[in-house]
Amino acid sequence: MSAMLEIEFRLNGVVQRTAVAADMSALEMLRDVLGLTGTKYGCGEGECGACTITVDGRTVNSCLMFAVDCNGREVQTIEGLSATPLGERLNHSLVAHGAVQCGFCTPGFMMQAQQVLAEHPHASREEIQRGLEGNLCRCTGYRKIIDAVEAVAHPTASAE
Amino acid sequence: MTEIRDYVAPRSLADALRVLASGPATVLAGGTDLMPQSRAGRVRFAPTLLNVQGIDELRGVARDPGGVQIGALTTITSLLEDPLIRDRAPVLRTACDHFASSQIRNAATLGGNICNASPAGDTLVPLLVLGASVVLASAGPEGIVKRRLPLAEFLVGPGRTARRTDELLVAVQAPLPPAGWVDRYLKFGARPALDISAIALAVGGTLREGRLEDARIAFGAVAPTAIRASEAERVLSEGPLDRARIDRAVEAADATIRPISDVRASDWYRRELVHNLLRRVLNDVCDA
Repeated sequence: MSAMLEIEFRLNGVVQRTAVAADMSALEMLRDVLGLTGTKYGCGEGECGACTITVDGRTVNSCLMFAVDCNGREVQTIEGLSATPLGERLNHSLVAHGAVQCGFCTPGFMMQAQQVLAEHPHASREEIQRGLEGNLCRCTGYRKIIDAVEAVAHPTASAE
Repeated sequence: MTEIRDYVAPRSLADALRVLASGPATVLAGGTDLMPQSRAGRVRFAPTLLNVQGIDELRGVARDPGGVQIGALTTITSLLEDPLIRDRAPVLRTACDHFASSQIRNAATLGGNICNASPAGDTLVPLLVLGASVVLASAGPEGIVKRRLPLAEFLVGPGRTARRTDELLVAVQAPLPPAGWVDRYLKFGARPALDISAIALAVGGTLREGRLEDARIAFGAVAPTAIRASEAERVLSEGPLDRARIDRAVEAADATIRPISDVRASDWYRRELVHNLLRRVLNDVCDA
């Protein structure tokens, strides 16, 4: 078994200390060690985006990140985003637009939508599509997901 | 998967080089390739995992007397957002824009992409066109020893580089292109995002009185490493850029490449792509 390391980082705004194996992914740490199962395991190789989290304010695939590399960093998961005003707006918009079918990809899309809106507060449809291209939805719901993010980026335009 | 006995995360380059000098270590930067490759058994961990992410001196883009110096830990996102790269080395910026996905660009580092030495590595083709070199550092008896190597010599084969096990790739240096420089980058894959190239190509040179001077052509995914097509470059540099010369350059490029068949494309298809896309890109430069 690989070496175990004590790490400390901020998780959704709260200081977290835990022990992880040197070869463990950040995703495994979140789900299996810390019990935060909102972040999903999809492909394990960075293709699907279901495991998207933010680290120091930028989204990454947690399946590709070594858990030990979280040490000293600021990590946010879907559990943290959901408790913010933006997270609530994204959540309601996804529901209102029927953008959730099985829901497995939804946490990853929400995390990446937050990144897109941080880069482009009034993102165009094209910017949203480009920004979300690292996230897969196998229920083929992209149009509704993009509609939902667009409605958050342009709240007045969509209030019909 | 092999076990990791020691994990070290130094804050200074000197400390990291001491670790590399003391025994076999696997270098961890962004992790976006190391994690899946180690899980798939394609990479075996050395007994020590050396996380270099905490070495801030290896991050960032800066002008230097020779042009531009890019720290090995600079992420693809940082390159994409850098004004100097945007204004003076657009070929590299375009390649970064076609690199994987937002999430991977935020984590993946330039040094990691180079040290992986994938024949299809996205940053390699523009860096070859820019004439980039890599800077390798190691611990010497009287401090840090650095050596520079042209990128073309650093890339030895698929996944193989000229890096010694006691060395760390610390930076990339490239001359900034002169006035009148034009460049093009094209990556061909099945979809825009997250795709590994079937082929990639970049062209650069200085347009002067109808000639493409100091012409440079590089390809990805058509040989064991990303390569320059020096014979095609010579053809272009010999006279005015016209349709006949472009045809001869395309023929010369065809003689240089050594494509294989894999899941992304057959060797025949890769040759077709090189023919058609190089001609398209050169015609575009010619008409500009």
